[in-house]
Amino acid sequence: MKELLSGNEAIARAAYECGVKVAAAYPGTPSTEILEQFSRYPGVYAEWAPNEKVALEVGIGASLAGVRTLVAMKHVGVNVAADPLLTFAYTGVNGGFVLVSADDPGSHSSQNEQDNRQYARFAKIPLLEPSDSREAGDMVGLALLLSEQYDTPVMLRITTRVAHSQSFVEKREPQPQELRPYCRNPKKYLMLPAFARERRAFIEERLAGLKEYSETTPVNRIEWRDRSAGIITSGISYQYVREALPDVSVLKLGLTWPLPEKLIRSFAEGVKRLLVVEELEPFLEEQVKAMGLAVSGKEYIPSTGELSPGIVAGKMIEAGLLEQQGGPAAGTVPEDAPAVPGRPPVMCPGCPHRGVFYTLRRLKLNVTGDIGCYTLGGLPPLEAMDCCICMGASIGTAHGAEKADPAWAGHAVAVIGDSTFLHSGLTGLLNVVYNRGSSTVLILDNSTTAMTGHQQHPGTGYTLMGKSAPAVDLEALVRALGVKRVRLVNPRDLAEVAEAVKEEVAVREPSVIICRQPCALLDRQSAPAPRVLMEKCTGCKTCLGLGCPAIAIIDKKVSIDSGSCTGCGLCVQVCKTGALAKGGADHA
Amino acid sequence: MLKPLDIIIGGVGGQGTILAGRVLTRAAQEAGYDIKVSEIHGMAQRGGSVVTQVRLGEKVCAPMISEGGADFILAFEKLEGLRLLPYLKAGGAMIINDQAIPPVPVLVGAAQYPEKIIDYIRSKVPATLVLDALGIATKCGNPRAVNMVLLGALAGNLPLEREIWEKALADRVPEKFLDANRAAFAAGYGQQK
Repeated sequence: MKELLSGNEAIARAAYECGVKVAAAYPGTPSTEILEQFSRYPGVYAEWAPNEKVALEVGIGASLAGVRTLVAMKHVGVNVAADPLLTFAYTGVNGGFVLVSADDPGSHSSQNEQDNRQYARFAKIPLLEPSDSREAGDMVGLALLLSEQYDTPVMLRITTRVAHSQSFVEKREPQPQELRPYCRNPKKYLMLPAFARERRAFIEERLAGLKEYSETTPVNRIEWRDRSAGIITSGISYQYVREALPDVSVLKLGLTWPLPEKLIRSFAEGVKRLLVVEELEPFLEEQVKAMGLAVSGKEYIPSTGELSPGIVAGKMIEAGLLEQQGGPAAGTVPEDAPAVPGRPPVMCPGCPHRGVFYTLRRLKLNVTGDIGCYTLGGLPPLEAMDCCICMGASIGTAHGAEKADPAWAGHAVAVIGDSTFLHSGLTGLLNVVYNRGSSTVLILDNSTTAMTGHQQHPGTGYTLMGKSAPAVDLEALVRALGVKRVRLVNPRDLAEVAEAVKEEVAVREPSVIICRQPCALLDRQSAPAPRVLMEKCTGCKTCLGLGCPAIAIIDKKVSIDSGSCTGCGLCVQVCKTGALAKGGADHA
Repeated sequence: MLKPLDIIIGGVGGQGTILAGRVLTRAAQEAGYDIKVSEIHGMAQRGGSVVTQVRLGEKVCAPMISEGGADFILAFEKLEGLRLLPYLKAGGAMIINDQAIPPVPVLVGAAQYPEKIIDYIRSKVPATLVLDALGIATKCGNPRAVNMVLLGALAGNLPLEREIWEKALADRVPEKFLDANRAAFAAGYGQQK
């Protein structure tokens, strides 16, 4: 029966149907739901690894041992996993292996919008690009077949609009797969230089075979319509092209590396004018150009941000493929329209990170930041983060700055979440100790992977499949790395946070302050909202500096929204006039 | 041949837009539509604007609705209705909840919450239906059922049979909340401009 599924749900479902036994991932938008959904099917094993490199290595082991395997991650996760990936491309597989790369054009939830199709070419592995949920599911099956037939990992590259859009998918009966017996084969799996050189030659043979396959695969198809122009496209862009130009001829590519040169040439010959419509990099366009064909693409289609049917239609008007409709352009905002203030994401009411950033701002420290909800601490009104690069970067960055300019010592801290620290903060901290740095690292321990929707990690005591697990002892862990000064603070106690930070940055040795308080969305026990003593409120707006969505100034006096307030008490602590009093007592 | 219908549901994280969208698509599936839905998850959800785009038709390509393309905008909050207005097509309808949730830039005094949003939208969109969804939901015994009041009001304007909605509600709403949500939906369904 058909069901409306997101691309991620369809991938998980198809993996189950195709007999995938083992799946691993680190959570990351827009990929997270794949493993969450997959883990609920019977008879499968799924795990959150501490980072994407480990997830991929777990997947390599599962494939080696002979089962069908899926590993999923967001686009930047592939950077972390690139080391094993590029050599896994040499060894090839035993059980079929699919790597889902969930790219984020437009950076909806990411620090960059890199185009991971480049990775497939870089690693010399086949690349599949689905255009909707049904194709996403179908291509999981195709990826596993190609993987086993051509002895290669396969990349299934989706984008946010495929991952998080829903369309109809036909559910099928699961097809259990036999274990493919493992045979010891050092020339295939043991990548010493001599063996690696042999596999390098194999890769070229494999690519040649895949190229031949790409000419006839049903996922690369021509839709002949009006031949005055032909558009080559893939992924979600195909839907935009079909929406904007229902009558144009289209070469829809599902297998986009290696490309079907003969098919592309025959399509080019059949149309008067050839264009490529693709999001982000001119990945297809450059290859078509390298074939010596006259083609245009990025001279019309933006290479930044995501596309939409409207953008494609507008650009096709510029390219002369579509006629301008009469009247004002769609979406024109009239001059008399009121200004619309933005609604940027903010830390939740009761968020345990808020008080830490409020304090860091007051102490005027340089703050090297990291990836998570707490990156929002860099936005107004908290504005207490100087930089954020990638998972785990806060610690190395702080150390490097201090080595470059000693003035940073005593004036800077690194801030990193618990899940991020376990992902890739450990080695940075080890480096600080080893190279005799004096960084102060604040681990914001909210006991979950919050930003992506509360996934378990090695510190939470539970696995993805809901089993209890040993929870890593963060204090013992950082001590074991050689940090002698380790302290635990309650991030809801501003004075305690300020005192700890001041003391630790003043010390010329590595130190770690663990700010421990569960995520406000996880631990919903709330205290009563503070009482407002109107006569004492001077409307000074100090409390607004917390950036709490539950606090407003109405008619020059503070107002607390008791519906969203969790009674965390920060505003009571920052109020200088005593206008906010701990709630509850009078209402008991 | 099913007439294409493009519907945008917009609000603020936590208002229940996602469930409203799930009931809508369940009903549309029952009515035989092809469907595509687009949502954005992740960072955008932390108190930010949330938008669900629902596209119905005989055959739907793109999951997103272009500016000037929506037949209906179902706004759970006034400012979000104003923000989405450029997506409404000429002759489209706006169903808007008369509730203001000030965003943080307004709370901290860095921006103004626009005055007279409803008047402005009415002046641009003749087919505007304004509801006090919170008041209606409270009267129905569940202030959290604002989403069902608004969905009911949208449903009253869509070419789908009333019984289909009952089935969709039963399929998508957890059993223990079903009665309260049904009542809220029915109250919204009866609202007219």
